[in-house]
Amino acid sequence: MLEKASAISIRALTKTFGKVRAVDQIDLDIAAGEFFAMLGPSGSGKTTMLRLIAGFEIPDHGVITIGGRDVSNTAPFERNVNTVFQDYALFPHMTVLQNVQYGLMVKGIAKKERSERSEKALSRVRLEGYESRKPSQLSGGQRQRVALARAIINEPEVLLLDEPLGALDLKLRHEMQVELKELQRTLGITFIFVTHDQEEALSMADRIALFNHGKIEQIGSAAEVYEFPSSEFVASFVGTSNLLTSSESEQLLGKQGIFSIRPEKIHLTKSGDRTFTAQVISSLYLGSTTRIGVELPGGTRLFLLQPNDGSSQSLVSIGEFIQIFWDSSHEFHIQR
Amino acid sequence: MYFSNRSKFLLKIISTVVFAFLYIPLLVILVNSFNTSKTFAWPPAGFTTSWWGKAIENDGVRAALLTSVKAGLGAMSISLLLGSMVAFAVARYQFFGREAISLLVVLPIALPGIITGIALNSAFRTTLEPLGIPFGLLTVIIGHATFCIVVVYNNVLARLKRVGKNLEEASADLGAGNWQTFRYVTFPSIRSALAAGALLAFALSFDEIVVTTFTSGAGIQTLPQWIFDNLFRPNQAPIINVVAAMLIALFALPVWLSQRLSEGAGSGRI
Repeated sequence: MLEKASAISIRALTKTFGKVRAVDQIDLDIAAGEFFAMLGPSGSGKTTMLRLIAGFEIPDHGVITIGGRDVSNTAPFERNVNTVFQDYALFPHMTVLQNVQYGLMVKGIAKKERSERSEKALSRVRLEGYESRKPSQLSGGQRQRVALARAIINEPEVLLLDEPLGALDLKLRHEMQVELKELQRTLGITFIFVTHDQEEALSMADRIALFNHGKIEQIGSAAEVYEFPSSEFVASFVGTSNLLTSSESEQLLGKQGIFSIRPEKIHLTKSGDRTFTAQVISSLYLGSTTRIGVELPGGTRLFLLQPNDGSSQSLVSIGEFIQIFWDSSHEFHIQR
Repeated sequence: MYFSNRSKFLLKIISTVVFAFLYIPLLVILVNSFNTSKTFAWPPAGFTTSWWGKAIENDGVRAALLTSVKAGLGAMSISLLLGSMVAFAVARYQFFGREAISLLVVLPIALPGIITGIALNSAFRTTLEPLGIPFGLLTVIIGHATFCIVVVYNNVLARLKRVGKNLEEASADLGAGNWQTFRYVTFPSIRSALAAGALLAFALSFDEIVVTTFTSGAGIQTLPQWIFDNLFRPNQAPIINVVAAMLIALFALPVWLSQRLSEGAGSGRI
């Protein structure tokens, strides 16, 4: 991989609200042109982190460097960073065009250049022809596009997105995921987005930082955090996971420590070097897969995902005893 | 809620009676301003516009009206400036004593006018008079401003809270400095609240009489004071009717307007 310059570099960043340490001694480097996700449950500090980068909050301690410049104590309008807000925050009394041109207008850029750049920005988000509408006359997805155009027209070093797809319905969300990814690729701008939706983070981001209690639990690619979770929290927050306590591990696997096994790695047909007889205690039909809950002789409960591929294996009934298999290479050891 | 036909009928009667109580006296004043009888004999003896002519030519009325308008505009300006500044501080910043300030701003309108009047009177007597500032228009304006601030404050505060900080943050994020954000984003979103507050403040100042009595001194007279002074002089009664009728017409419009302004901004916007 090519060594890229850091777009953002954060050192020992701390922000407290009253007694709560929203962001606690965080170090983080984000490369230029990276699509970076900050994932975590609500209250984990990911949104505060975004607001610190944008300049809406001033840190208690620590340094934020954007493009090599220390911006820790500068106002939002002194940073070359733009934000797409969760509720879009479009100016209701302005037209789409005025909204999109706002950043250029306040910087005193000439009218001609303004209209050229807004034309380009609006076509990028496929909103040509909506220039004279007011935000109240747009749908949720269109407002989102205006918010995007309003931000990218300023050609920021870094684009921050706060739960960008949270307010959209499922179908639109999937469309926008693809579009955002494409937009980021063609613009080459660093994207940092905050989400509590692990699927969103896994599908879009080059790297994911997992936030919990104001700290980063793990940073890595989607595959890394999914396949090799570094902590119990990561294993349970990203996807679903079967966690074996140390006594269960010792009894079933003959190993020391806590282990995680992903439900889709447990099979009913393919053989693996682990074989157990288990009783089916629940079965949830999920469309493409069936989620089956089983209990092992020692009382350990596991979930497994069985694809509904038409084979008779997907038809199990509750109370039935079945054989389950997995490969010991999919037992992942988790540090405490 | 569901009402039977009988209770619907009853409610209609009650509403009619209540509105009749509210508005028939006002209507009587309007009618009497055109009544030829000086003693307001009922039914009206005949139609005349001579009272209107006399009222408009009356020097006392004109001077008092001018004083009231000046006082109203003065109190309104002070209230707009200070009221919106306090509203901003309370809505947008965290500081020690925020709750207390909110209460202190609202209190003067809840206090009986006579208390405010006495307090201001003695305060002006001990502070302003020794400095050579006599009781007059200025003291009336200051007196009115004490309770007019609250209507501007309440209107602007409610608006600022509803609009939220988001738009201002978005503006700063896009590179706008503090003044640009105020000019392009904050001011347009509170404009109608300011206008509604200003109209209410003016109206409040215009009909005030208790605090005015304690702060005006001997030199000046506002319109309510003039009306009160002339109320029991039989010769002036028809003229008072005309003044009252004029004021009804004059004030219905701004009150309706301010109501539209504070509502209108709420609906149809996101």
